[in-house]
Amino acid sequence: MTEASNAVLSPFTQSALDFVKSLEVSGDFAEVRESGMAAFESLPFPTRKTEDWKYTSLHALTTQDYNRPADNFDLDNASELYEVDGLNAYQLVFINGVFVSELSDEISEPGVSATPLSVANDAQRELFKQHVGNIAETRRNLFTALNNATVEEGVLLHVEKNVQLKKPIQVVNITSAQGQNSSAFSRCLVVLEQQAEATLIEQFVSTSEAQNILLNQVTEIQIGDGAKLNHYRLHTEDESSLHFGGVYVDLNRDSQFESYQIALGGKIKRLDVLVSHNQPGSHCEMKGVYLPKNNQHVDIHSYIEHIAANCTTDETYRGIMADQSKAVFNGRIHIHPDAQKTLANLSNKNLLLSNKAQINSKPELEIYADDVRCAHGVTVAQLDDKARFYLQSRGISRQEAEIMLSFAFINELLESIPLDALRHKLRPLLAQQFTTNESLTQHILDEENGVHSEGAQ
Amino acid sequence: MLSIKNLQAKVEEKDILKGLNLDVKPGEVHAIMGPNGAGKSTLGNVLSGRDGYTVTGGEVSFLGKNILDMEAEERAREGLFLAFQYPVEIPGVSNLEFLKASVDAARLHRGEEAMDSMTFLKLAREKCKAVNLDQNFLKRGVNEGFSGGEKKRNEIMQMMLLEPKLCILDETDSGLDIDALQVVAEGVNSQRDPNRSFIIVTHYQRLLDYIVPDFVHVLADGKIVKSGGKELALELEEKGYGWIENEGA
Repeated sequence: MTEASNAVLSPFTQSALDFVKSLEVSGDFAEVRESGMAAFESLPFPTRKTEDWKYTSLHALTTQDYNRPADNFDLDNASELYEVDGLNAYQLVFINGVFVSELSDEISEPGVSATPLSVANDAQRELFKQHVGNIAETRRNLFTALNNATVEEGVLLHVEKNVQLKKPIQVVNITSAQGQNSSAFSRCLVVLEQQAEATLIEQFVSTSEAQNILLNQVTEIQIGDGAKLNHYRLHTEDESSLHFGGVYVDLNRDSQFESYQIALGGKIKRLDVLVSHNQPGSHCEMKGVYLPKNNQHVDIHSYIEHIAANCTTDETYRGIMADQSKAVFNGRIHIHPDAQKTLANLSNKNLLLSNKAQINSKPELEIYADDVRCAHGVTVAQLDDKARFYLQSRGISRQEAEIMLSFAFINELLESIPLDALRHKLRPLLAQQFTTNESLTQHILDEENGVHSEGAQ
Repeated sequence: MLSIKNLQAKVEEKDILKGLNLDVKPGEVHAIMGPNGAGKSTLGNVLSGRDGYTVTGGEVSFLGKNILDMEAEERAREGLFLAFQYPVEIPGVSNLEFLKASVDAARLHRGEEAMDSMTFLKLAREKCKAVNLDQNFLKRGVNEGFSGGEKKRNEIMQMMLLEPKLCILDETDSGLDIDALQVVAEGVNSQRDPNRSFIIVTHYQRLLDYIVPDFVHVLADGKIVKSGGKELALELEEKGYGWIENEGA
């Protein structure tokens, strides 16, 4: 008998355990599954008194049992949901956690293994087994522990020493109507060996009739000496969706991690990003935008661990909350005693578009080294009356002025996205969050009008 | 063009304009001078419809329409233009996007179609040249990182693009060196037209050497206390504002 089994398990934990045990598995990844299960069982179900979950209620998980599998899907025209014109990427597509080979590319570049586990060869499965669970933290995250306990399908991306992936890898997670009131699990493991380079785009979309699906997704990333990953995480699912995501990154000597996260709101959307500077000279650059509206909720927790010396972190998040929506941003930077000469900067700016919208932003700096430069800044504001009047005084309607100013708030981050095709896809998609009236967004989206037509700055 | 009768207005419960009268006919240039705190900037803000400026009495008729009930953007589309004393910086909105949205709003108001992007870009480049602004300013954020002079030239460029019927220049000369002042004045002079009127609000006579007014008014304590021709400005420059107040007493 384990210690945890003596305690009374929460209904969610009990039901999830029953669900996990009922899943058919290959047995290849038994080790990570078992340790994940043990960790999951031992972690209490978070309440509002749990510090990491203070502003994100998990009440929805106690009123609806999501611990059942999705029905078989049947999906036409799925590609319209995720296609990015001109992107020219390798695509790997999953629907409700199930790999869809008809929609996916077979990737055969020398020195690259990029494959779903369900069609991976023995060597690739072995490689996955070696690394999976090594980076993801189960100590404090119930959902990552649960994800570990279900490891079976997912993506392996392995790039050998000195190899540069020629095209971005676009991993698409679709949730569909067949997943109603169910849970889907998804896993991604990225291993870049020394001096390797890759671009990974993780995309989360849903069909318009998709409702009330819980996706539990964990991505583990190991970036070798001198290697570089460009990482995009784009959440544009239906507002009824639930998402628990974890991104865990280990940085080695002189490696680079550049990340863009874009998140519309959901019923519950929680993303934990944990980056560890394990070796000297690594650089982490993270930019994020969150845009909840209606009754949506977004929660981003980032944890940056500066363990080694001479590393840099530059973290910029911007959020716009409309209607009755709520957002949480928690940005922690932890400088360990040996992390001398660290340069770390955290900026979080928020715009509230309504009196009922909420943001809870908390920067946390914990510094145990004496020769570091560390800064953080948080702002919460409403639209600038002076700027709005300036626009109105030139004949622009109040409504269009407010949309221009809202979009401007995130535009600076969008303009820095180096992939033109992705930027062109995201701009109208995000502008639509403010209005569906195209006459009000035509000027902000006119490619002739801005610096965005000339590429990254 | 513009007829202001007994205009009274307050800001945050404080009475600023206390019965101001002014008539501006097409093609005329009126200068409004006065000491600090007289209500000069309030006049521009009240006429252009800024929130927080409450009209408590009087009438303002612009081209035969009562504008006091109109939103700021409606007044602008009717042809009223305020050149700001402190133009606002708006990062994330490109100057070009802003200018096109402005011009399109006026065109739609007149029942015309929005301008196509390429035609507009060409036009905007022309106007940039006219006020001696580099074309790169079109792609930058509105007034973002512009120097004082560049901001004011940007105001004049907007005026040229929008072709308003009445332009109010609110202390446009403040913070300008002599070269920038000349560029701005040339821009304004190039827009003088028998059908376009100007109200030039200024603290100093200097600007009026370059933009020669038809009338000069002295605003003190919320009212126009003296009016005259352009020579009044010179007299003010010489004697200060004190003598008018004494004269009135």
